[in-house]
Amino acid sequence: MNINNMLNPKLKINTKIFNDDVEQVPIRKGFGEGLVLAGESNKDIVALCADLTESTQMHFFKDKFPERFIEVGVAEQNLATVASGMAAMGKYPFFSSYAMFSPGRNWEQIRTTLAYNDRKAVIVGSHAGVSVGPDGGTHQAIEDIALMRVLPRMTVLSPCDAIQAKKITLALSANPTLAYLRLAREKTPVITTEDTPLEIGKGQILYRPEGIAHVAIIATGALVANALRAAKDLEEKKHIKVIVVNIHTIKPLDEELIIKVAKEAKAVVTVEEHQIVGGLGGAVAECLAKSAPTPIEFIGVQDQFGQSGTPKELIEHYGMGRDAIEQAVLKLIERKV
Amino acid sequence: MKAIGNYTTRELAMKANDIRESVIKMLLEAGSGHTAGPLGMADVFTALYFDLLKHDPKNPDWPERDRLVLSNGHINPVLYATMAHAGYFPLEELQTLRKFGSRLQGHPHRDFLPMLENSSGPLGSGLSQAVGMAIADRIDNGIANPRYIYALLSDGEHDEGNTWEAIMLAGKEKLRNLIAIVDRNNIQIDGYTEDVMPLNDLAKKWEAFNWHVQEIDGHNIEEIIDALHRAKAVFEKPSAIIARTIPGKGVHEFERKFEWHGKAPNKEEAKMALDELRTLEGKIKSEHK
Repeated sequence: MNINNMLNPKLKINTKIFNDDVEQVPIRKGFGEGLVLAGESNKDIVALCADLTESTQMHFFKDKFPERFIEVGVAEQNLATVASGMAAMGKYPFFSSYAMFSPGRNWEQIRTTLAYNDRKAVIVGSHAGVSVGPDGGTHQAIEDIALMRVLPRMTVLSPCDAIQAKKITLALSANPTLAYLRLAREKTPVITTEDTPLEIGKGQILYRPEGIAHVAIIATGALVANALRAAKDLEEKKHIKVIVVNIHTIKPLDEELIIKVAKEAKAVVTVEEHQIVGGLGGAVAECLAKSAPTPIEFIGVQDQFGQSGTPKELIEHYGMGRDAIEQAVLKLIERKV
Repeated sequence: MKAIGNYTTRELAMKANDIRESVIKMLLEAGSGHTAGPLGMADVFTALYFDLLKHDPKNPDWPERDRLVLSNGHINPVLYATMAHAGYFPLEELQTLRKFGSRLQGHPHRDFLPMLENSSGPLGSGLSQAVGMAIADRIDNGIANPRYIYALLSDGEHDEGNTWEAIMLAGKEKLRNLIAIVDRNNIQIDGYTEDVMPLNDLAKKWEAFNWHVQEIDGHNIEEIIDALHRAKAVFEKPSAIIARTIPGKGVHEFERKFEWHGKAPNKEEAKMALDELRTLEGKIKSEHK
């Protein structure tokens, strides 16, 4: 059995994804590179940062287009509202900080001066999730998806790797919209390739064993790689067939695809590096409760705050590692019977 | 008689009085809303809309227009009344303020009235938006650009950190195309500003952040206009005008009382206010013969 045959051929996924030496790149880096390309093709793009230009990978843009880059200092409320003013004059601002501070600190400014005010801009929240690591719980945004998902007019984007982050940045540039773009700090396995298509609002079945699936994993962000490895492991060791869906657009949610896989597998595990309240799991549960009631297990942070540690230690501790995902699949199979 | 722009001082004073009458009538009809701030800022709004602003009420999307950002959205009765008197929409529409389906929402909302430059209400964010507009305009049109971005804000919203973040950035960026007008009326909901959260000498504070600052009588229309022309002549910094105003100006019973910050007049109070404003109209006519 060649496990790579189970990767969706239409998506041209990285065939080395299951190898130990798979290339690993921080998701934020893909954004930084994408923003430079976007800035070349869309002259309305401007970038703003709150004293974290290199951390959020905006320095590439700053170096290339210094006249289109605004440093606002450590002032995230101003970051969002100045962006709103620039958008009012026809600019398409991308503004970045750590997700904990933007959209964490400036939520009301985002609501009133961007969403309510109907302005188009991109809130770039880097260093999302517990995988920020040693900085500890103050710097680990695990509520940001919920904060942004609740806002009318907001698109919520959570790419699974650096290439996808780059493609999402370019897609936004080509079709400006108000969006939250969630990025992670750590190096993450590169799942997609330059040839992998991307359409905002459309989920992707990355992995599908032959025959009817037992469980569908619906995952987002940096943990999609863990979900893929869990699916491969379950197939190889226990002959359990698991579909893995990547949801890079949490809002608007690809309800059609989620209902389709839920109806087939009749059991769903959601996987995200975020509180299980209000994030991808919540969105999937709302969708399925309405249209295709299905048993769900939620992988994510269980109503707790983060702490210091290595990314790997923290992902394991908070129950988001490969083993935890596999356990959730097994538990669901028991629930189904 | 001194003529300013297209209107004489007397005509502008009469406009301000008409706007105050409209404010009282619309608040009475609405049954709720803010009285003191709108009456206090009627002269500043008149000076802007009838003399200083580059704008076209019949073509509100005119790309070359100046931008006016109202930060303290709760004083929108004076914004709406001034816009109606300037010809943006019919005066009768003012009576729909705060009602279901009205374009004149309780706090300004562009979804309902797209000719507004911003939706506002939550305090402290308007100056930042004006800063963003000024930066964007400078990117596109350079520093000799003849367009101005006006930010109107209250003294109370200096309690908000966001306001100071904006003041700092504008000073850093030397935004000569930005003019902030602060309504220094010394009241906010819970009381006098100096009791709730002392602001002390606002002019010195703004100056410390690299702004050109003038303090004026916010009810003297000639002084307002002169100050704004001086502000435009400042080339190396953004300009702030601290306009000292009397909250509730024009109606003796409402003046200087923070209790009138956030309530609307009832029928008797409105009648008394309109009688007084009409007497004032007679005075303006006799003083500016």
